[in-house]
Amino acid sequence: MIEISGLTFTYAGASSPALRQVDLSVERGQLCAIVGANGAGKTTLCYALTGFVPHFYRGSLTGSIRLAGREVTKSPPADLVGEVGLVFQNPFNQITGARFTVREEIAFGLENLGVPRQEMVERLEEALDITGLAELAERSPFALSGGQQQRLAIASVIAMRPRLLVLDEPTSQLDPAGTREVFAALRAMTARGETTIVLTELKLALVAAFADRVVALAEGCVVADGEPRQILASETLQAYGIGETRYTQAARRALQSGLAPADRPLPVTLDQAVEFLR
Amino acid sequence: MSVRFEGVSFSYPSGVQALRDIDLAVGDGEAVAVIGENGAGKTTLAKHMNGLLHPDSGKVWVGDWDTAERTVAQLSRRVGYVFQNPDDQLFERSVRAEVAFGPRNLGLSATDVRSLVEASLATVGLEAEAESHPYDLHVSQRRMVALAATLAMRTPVVILDEPTTGQDAAGVQRLAGIVDGLKAAGRTVVTISHDLDFCAEHFERVVVMSRGHVLADGPAPEILSQVDLLAQADVEPPQIAQLSRALGLPSTPMSVEEFVELFAAQRGHEV
Repeated sequence: MIEISGLTFTYAGASSPALRQVDLSVERGQLCAIVGANGAGKTTLCYALTGFVPHFYRGSLTGSIRLAGREVTKSPPADLVGEVGLVFQNPFNQITGARFTVREEIAFGLENLGVPRQEMVERLEEALDITGLAELAERSPFALSGGQQQRLAIASVIAMRPRLLVLDEPTSQLDPAGTREVFAALRAMTARGETTIVLTELKLALVAAFADRVVALAEGCVVADGEPRQILASETLQAYGIGETRYTQAARRALQSGLAPADRPLPVTLDQAVEFLR
Repeated sequence: MSVRFEGVSFSYPSGVQALRDIDLAVGDGEAVAVIGENGAGKTTLAKHMNGLLHPDSGKVWVGDWDTAERTVAQLSRRVGYVFQNPDDQLFERSVRAEVAFGPRNLGLSATDVRSLVEASLATVGLEAEAESHPYDLHVSQRRMVALAATLAMRTPVVILDEPTTGQDAAGVQRLAGIVDGLKAAGRTVVTISHDLDFCAEHFERVVVMSRGHVLADGPAPEILSQVDLLAQADVEPPQIAQLSRALGLPSTPMSVEEFVELFAAQRGHEV
């Protein structure tokens, strides 16, 4: 689905690259989480996957990004609409400001694509349902709380049904139940096999529970790539400032105190931790 | 300094009722976490503490001041507020000027302002960025600029609205140190947060809000162990509380250290 090879990108005016020699391929239907400390290049990677880099954010780029056989760096952004969708880190940046209700805001992109009315209504209802916004459909986007605006930003991109959905810290302002609902909804979208998802997330317990795969970035380089448990429990990630879940911390401390046998990999989720410590 | 809400109700002009008959007292030097679902009224509650909003009915007291009788400028000497979105509060051209704005307006001498600014920037780890434009920084650093600007005011009450949002592991650790420092200095600290692990580890008291009401209020271990209560506010217990419950530990630890002690005791081990 996506094939990035040898990608190095330096923002115009910046002294060092934001991404260095990144190789990454993501298969159709995968839910791939990008983790890393702030400044590691996570957002830049999201931009590169969706054509914002280099078409909107300029700079020098070498290497290639192929999406469903198309070279992103050489495709005009208009050609990428429908193929890719990006949910920005800050929902305030996503909301158009040109629509008066949540429902109209979600429909905005669909109107611009000329989606037939009946289909537009179906997609809209689905997006409202997935993001739990049905009750707020007639409210002004600006009369929403921060977390509700974030759900709206996600809904407006989901409704576009991109084949590759990229989300940059999509749950930063959501309550825990909302976060879990969004992850479950994303999981369900990939399970149907039509959507490929790449997201950045600082909440490692959620990544551990929902991602198929975890890619760790540090200083613009891919430093680890694999199964969530293998990557998130790895002690070397600590050196890159990526942190770990409380489940991993508790298990490691128990292990150090001789309260658990040392012959098993450390847990990253609640279920794994219970099994590890039982 | 204490903060008290007496029968406070508030509706936005759009008609959305955000607070319904809130009674809440935060004592001098207390550390309180306010949790609850998106749209529960948490930020609206906080904006009543520094006079950005005034109740439709009821009263809000900050120490002996009725907020309805004070200006936002007056209240800013007593209540520091770090917004959820740093871009709502940053407007100067350099980090240094941003942090100096508050203390300068308190009428302090240039020397005092300078030392406050230096100390605040060191606390948030941005000494090296003093001359940078705030908008050239990463958003997580802009949040730290907003925090430094608030710390520099040395207010007796500090409100942190979603402080750990967007912070990586190192940022969260730094924030934890800042909260612990404020507590040790006897300041009143109120946070609004969805990061229940952070709340459990650094706040002794938890207030649960839902749909404009205070649903529950009490010591953190007591509140954060009640799965059904938290679910009503779309919140889940902290990871450590979930783990200890699943393992059948006799009480609810609030940190990894407490967990290991309890777990060892259950297994009949010494740590």
